Amino acid sequence: MAVATEQEILDGLAEIIDEIVGIDKSEVTPEKSFVDDLDIDSLSMVEIAVAAQDKFGVEIPDDKLKDLKTVKDVIVYVQNLQQ
Amino acid sequence: MTAAYEAPALRLSQGSPGARILAFGDYQPAKVVTNDDLAKIVDTSDEWIRSRVGIAERRIAGPEETVGDMAVQAGGKALAASGLSPEDIDLVIVATCSVETTIPNQAASVAHRLGVKAPAAFDLNAACAGFCYALETAASAVRAGSARNALVIGAEKMSNWIDWNDRSTCIIFADGAGAAVVTGAAEPGVGPVVWGSAGELADKITVADRRSFIKQEGQAVFRWATTAVAPVALEACERAGIAPDQLAAVVPHQANLRIVDAIARRLKAVNAVVADDIVHSGNTSAASIPMALSRMIERGDVPSGAPALLVGFGAGLSYAAQVIHLP
Repeated sequence: MAVATEQEILDGLAEIIDEIVGIDKSEVTPEKSFVDDLDIDSLSMVEIAVAAQDKFGVEIPDDKLKDLKTVKDVIVYVQNLQQ
Repeated sequence: MTAAYEAPALRLSQGSPGARILAFGDYQPAKVVTNDDLAKIVDTSDEWIRSRVGIAERRIAGPEETVGDMAVQAGGKALAASGLSPEDIDLVIVATCSVETTIPNQAASVAHRLGVKAPAAFDLNAACAGFCYALETAASAVRAGSARNALVIGAEKMSNWIDWNDRSTCIIFADGAGAAVVTGAAEPGVGPVVWGSAGELADKITVADRRSFIKQEGQAVFRWATTAVAPVALEACERAGIAPDQLAAVVPHQANLRIVDAIARRLKAVNAVVADDIVHSGNTSAASIPMALSRMIERGDVPSGAPALLVGFGAGLSYAAQVIHLP
């Protein structure tokens, strides 16, 4: 898979979040916290991680999930593993 | 050198071309525990529990009520609904992972209490997949001719393992029993099983010993259940020659309503009633599938003779799925 740009990862992530928890894509911006700003619980985070894995070809294991607090954290994580 | 020994041939039993389910039965303890009741003993709320696991209330057995007691109730109800008498049953399997003691097993005394005379009787532990494992075992025995009529029971007192201070598990697990009567048939009414295990994930759901409580790694189990189980269910449909849109009912183990929904979404069983018994029963492990089916049939939610998909999954980790014809 080609390395995605920051914007492409953000758009992809917003699409996934919209699909799984029904939050509008425009709400998903890099500085947002999953738990505090977007009100996404730990089980939905697992579903998002699985969908992100399919979309970006990057595995996000459960023990990494707790470190990924913001949208930006996921973008950086995906970018680092894609490179 | 001795001359080649000519072994006398062994005869095989006469089996049945197929096996089918004659009836289901269920039993729940009287005591209802609501989410508000739990909020009084642990830091939780009705809203939190409903949104995480989809449970509104559950049944908890009394201190004197055992796995065997509940198995007798559900088994007796299934037997009565089947039209068979206790003497017709020659195999009794109790699927359970929450017995008070392992010696003796539950199945023999449960059979005796039901008036079943000298059946083959054993307990089976495949945790929440236990009923589907036991159903396949019974159907295989009937087809092979090692049993004529089998009573298959899933019975659990998960409260034996509940830590009422642990809000991640005490909100989920509950008690109850479900049962099915399996008999021989000219046409198959129990489809090919797809079963297996993932022992590399054995440490994700555990009870360390008899004095310990149940522990579950919620996220890991959720990830496995929402990704690995649907393909197993789809394969069971394929092996039975039934397309998902032909299913009248989908009955996943009632682990968590969000897992049930995730599995149902991936199956695309657009014409099926999807079991949501967990809302009022909680997670009753091996009992959840026959209990949900029994109650669906009793309410008239599903037509007799229609295909239903059963898929069990849980500690082990273990899984099993098959398509059945509803009695």
